[in-house]
Amino acid sequence: MSEGAVSASNVNANEKMANLLKEAENLKTKLEEERSKLNDVNLSNIAERLEQIAYVNIKPRKVLKGHQAKVLCTDWSPDKRHIISSSQDGRLIIWDAFTTNKEHAVTMPTTWIMACAYAPSGNFVACGGLDNKVTVYPITSDEEMAAKKRTVGTHTSYMSCCIYPNSDQQILTGSGDSTCALWDVESGQLLQSFHGHSGDVMAIDLAPNETGNTFVSGSCDRMAFIWDMRSGHVVQSFEGHQSDVNSVKFHPCGDAIATGSDDSSCRLYDMRADREVAVFAKESIIFGVNSVDFSVSGRLLFAGYNDYTVNLWDTLKSERVCLLYGHENKVSCVQVSPDGTALSTGSWDYTIRVWA
Amino acid sequence: MVTMNSEADKTQATNATLAMSNAEKHPAVESTSSLPTSPPATATAATESCAPAAISPPAPAQATTQTSVPTPAPEALANGNSNSNIQEVVATTSSGSAAATTAEGGATVNGGGGVVTSAAAATPPPSAKTVNVRDTTTSAGVSSSSASKSSGLLTVNSNHHHHHHHQQSSSSSTSSQQQATPSTVVMQSSSQHQRSNKNEDAPNILVYKKMETIIEKMQAESTGVAVRTVKAFMSKVPSVFTGADLVAWILKNFDVEDVTEALHFAHLLSSHGYIFPIDDHALTVRNDGTFYRFQTPYFWPSNCWEPENTDYAVYLCKRTMQNKTRLELADYEAENLAKLQKMFSRKWEFIFMQAESQSKVAKKRDKLERKVLDSQERAFWDVHRPMPGCVNTTEIDIKKAYRRGGSSHGTGSSGASVAKNPIEQLSRIIALRKQKLERRTIKVSKAAEALVAYYDQYNEFDYFITSPELPNPWQTDSTEMWDTEKNSKEVPVRRVKRWAFSLRELLNDAIGRDQFTKFLEKEYSGENLKFWESVQEMKALPQAEIKEAIHKIWQEFLAPDAPCPVNVDSKSVELAREAVNSPNGPNRWCFDVAASHVYHLMKSDSYSRYLRSDMYKDYLNCSRKKIKSIPNLFGVKR
Repeated sequence: MSEGAVSASNVNANEKMANLLKEAENLKTKLEEERSKLNDVNLSNIAERLEQIAYVNIKPRKVLKGHQAKVLCTDWSPDKRHIISSSQDGRLIIWDAFTTNKEHAVTMPTTWIMACAYAPSGNFVACGGLDNKVTVYPITSDEEMAAKKRTVGTHTSYMSCCIYPNSDQQILTGSGDSTCALWDVESGQLLQSFHGHSGDVMAIDLAPNETGNTFVSGSCDRMAFIWDMRSGHVVQSFEGHQSDVNSVKFHPCGDAIATGSDDSSCRLYDMRADREVAVFAKESIIFGVNSVDFSVSGRLLFAGYNDYTVNLWDTLKSERVCLLYGHENKVSCVQVSPDGTALSTGSWDYTIRVWA
Repeated sequence: MVTMNSEADKTQATNATLAMSNAEKHPAVESTSSLPTSPPATATAATESCAPAAISPPAPAQATTQTSVPTPAPEALANGNSNSNIQEVVATTSSGSAAATTAEGGATVNGGGGVVTSAAAATPPPSAKTVNVRDTTTSAGVSSSSASKSSGLLTVNSNHHHHHHHQQSSSSSTSSQQQATPSTVVMQSSSQHQRSNKNEDAPNILVYKKMETIIEKMQAESTGVAVRTVKAFMSKVPSVFTGADLVAWILKNFDVEDVTEALHFAHLLSSHGYIFPIDDHALTVRNDGTFYRFQTPYFWPSNCWEPENTDYAVYLCKRTMQNKTRLELADYEAENLAKLQKMFSRKWEFIFMQAESQSKVAKKRDKLERKVLDSQERAFWDVHRPMPGCVNTTEIDIKKAYRRGGSSHGTGSSGASVAKNPIEQLSRIIALRKQKLERRTIKVSKAAEALVAYYDQYNEFDYFITSPELPNPWQTDSTEMWDTEKNSKEVPVRRVKRWAFSLRELLNDAIGRDQFTKFLEKEYSGENLKFWESVQEMKALPQAEIKEAIHKIWQEFLAPDAPCPVNVDSKSVELAREAVNSPNGPNRWCFDVAASHVYHLMKSDSYSRYLRSDMYKDYLNCSRKKIKSIPNLFGVKR
């Protein structure tokens, strides 16, 4: 190609780029116009009739000590009292959180086990991380958990999150390779892959609806996507965060999602209104959010921050209810127990705490 | 404390097998290929950096002989490749595992590689708290300096370009001392990581920037925290403020709730090194008359140099030369120095020379200025090599480090490649926005009402808001609640009430589903639920069993001669037929349209009739009566 041709194609590319940018901006303006027509009132106005939550009786109840490095992920067992945790020390520990006893410990061939999840039956756990893989272990009473492991799927970058979508036989994973994937546990077959994010996928959550066909993902591209598992397509997208989206959680009603981001805010997006309906932020909160979860009624949002605290937000009034102090380093994960009686928090301070 | 800061090359193989002798593990930095060439800037730095390299061969020389990892040719260093990645391990456990670590960890010196990941190494904890696991990716976006900025800066130590270009822009500091550029406080190191451009939106940088804005406000002339020089007996304490003043200022200027939150906020500013107690290694703030000082912007963590162990060695060594009580090494520092000396024994002469020259310069300074500078330098090291028991705030999430490092290494996310193609990315955004525009939505008021209504319905089941009927096991250490749920045949009225909220709630409860099944059987419409359940069960099967299950469902419920036909519209049946007979084989979602049709049929028809039925009402009343006895039980127990 001659020099002229090169510069001409550059000009073309630049022009194309400029046009696309303009189009994207126009669409944004148009969208904002359209949506503002329907933005007739604030959520907090509607919630005015509700009484303020003056006090939440929540205290630290248990401290689970045993990991020798940062706790990166935890998951409640369906039995409501066991917790599985994964850590940078390369270990997976199954706790009876109620007695604080360790019941099993598995050493993984990799460190930085970024995610772990209980199977719905409570008989298996899935985990993975910097090894790019999702591995399943049966929970057995003997010492052979590690020997009976099975590698189910492999990503091309770290696996950041995993969940079982309503069945022991499938695992849904999110990865640093910016995709999500649905795997068949038995065969390791990739049932569906989900391309669309332009940044690492940090978190996923399954919609609590009757079909279990949709899930949400949050990514370093600052977006949250709602996916249809059947088609592998994005059915809804939410923007607004100024930095990485580290956590996503469905509202228990299934029609809204909450997100937590490195921009130190949490947001509530309603899927019916197809827009952000609340931002949970304060001037004095400057650290990023790693993890969020709802209480059973959806009124409270628990958010774990890099400033070692957990903030409780009143999602309807958009106010902070209280702060939980206790961890001595970043809070990496928070999760409400299956029956809604307790909150677990995992931290870089090597501990897991249970609050109730 | 034992601090291990091992910087391992991000090379294949070596890291994969990393295992510390104490069974702790290196964060497995997965295989990465180094960039073939180092940026041009390295070349200029090379000539200067050859000095240290020549004097002292790199660390691996000390590694025990069992090492099977490629050891660096000394020439490579003499060549002046300032990029060589020397694994430096300051660490030893009582069992002296450092040597083993070095050996196993693979002190790979990568001749030309510009890519370095300084990864974490853990230490066996005497107590868990003293372990300092570090993980950073120096070559990633963490770093701030660009080599070009350093050009023209004098000093022999051009190794650390980035040390010389801190922004003085934020110079609203209250004391002149703080503004003094500690250009002579130069740390020297033989191993230098080439840093990529400043990544303004890296998560830790975001936080640093926010903190710096606050610090600048705090240092504002009249509205900031009052900084003064305190006269003490026989001496002066320059440029300090009290913890109480600081906390009061935060309370006044921020939307913090109470003193606890203000103190926590102050603690965070301190542990990140922006303010520090003038004579304590523990970076925290007390709400009393303790004196604190502002860190000079030069030492702010946003300048982002991850200092080397050699820098640390020079610093500690220098402290021993200065005959001042206030500069005496703390026990852990003395221990660290001893370890460093062992580790860098071959280049100790060089480290000593560096320390000596810095010490000489320092002695020429004004006394008060020196006091301030010394404390600021100490606070810098308290951030980067914290005292045992203190949090190392410079650690970053490996996911973020990995990602940001990823794109330049050709590793990590394929997402990075998408990001590299702005046209593709923009097209995606455009498509998503178009999709959004086409979407029919409801008013915010409607959505908000629905969310509030959901709360109204569920607040009595939210145990953070309403106490459960039986005591919360976590609060009372009694498992009565769980035991009753498991063993009791009585279903609490709250649970039965919940069945009326939605069909989903009813079906999610095993007893509820059972009741509904019985109801449908009575109504002779049991096949609808059966079909829906079969489809859900089929979807949960392993892939290998799917085909057969689909066939069975088709035969039983949908086929023209099905023994148990469901009431589905012909369109849904047609869709199901197509899916079942699809050339690629049926998939687990092939009956979804039909199933959701049936679900809505049940929801709008049978379910609402069930709720109005005597069957449900009786059940509800029945459990209500039984429940009445529970509050009594309650009363006795409490």
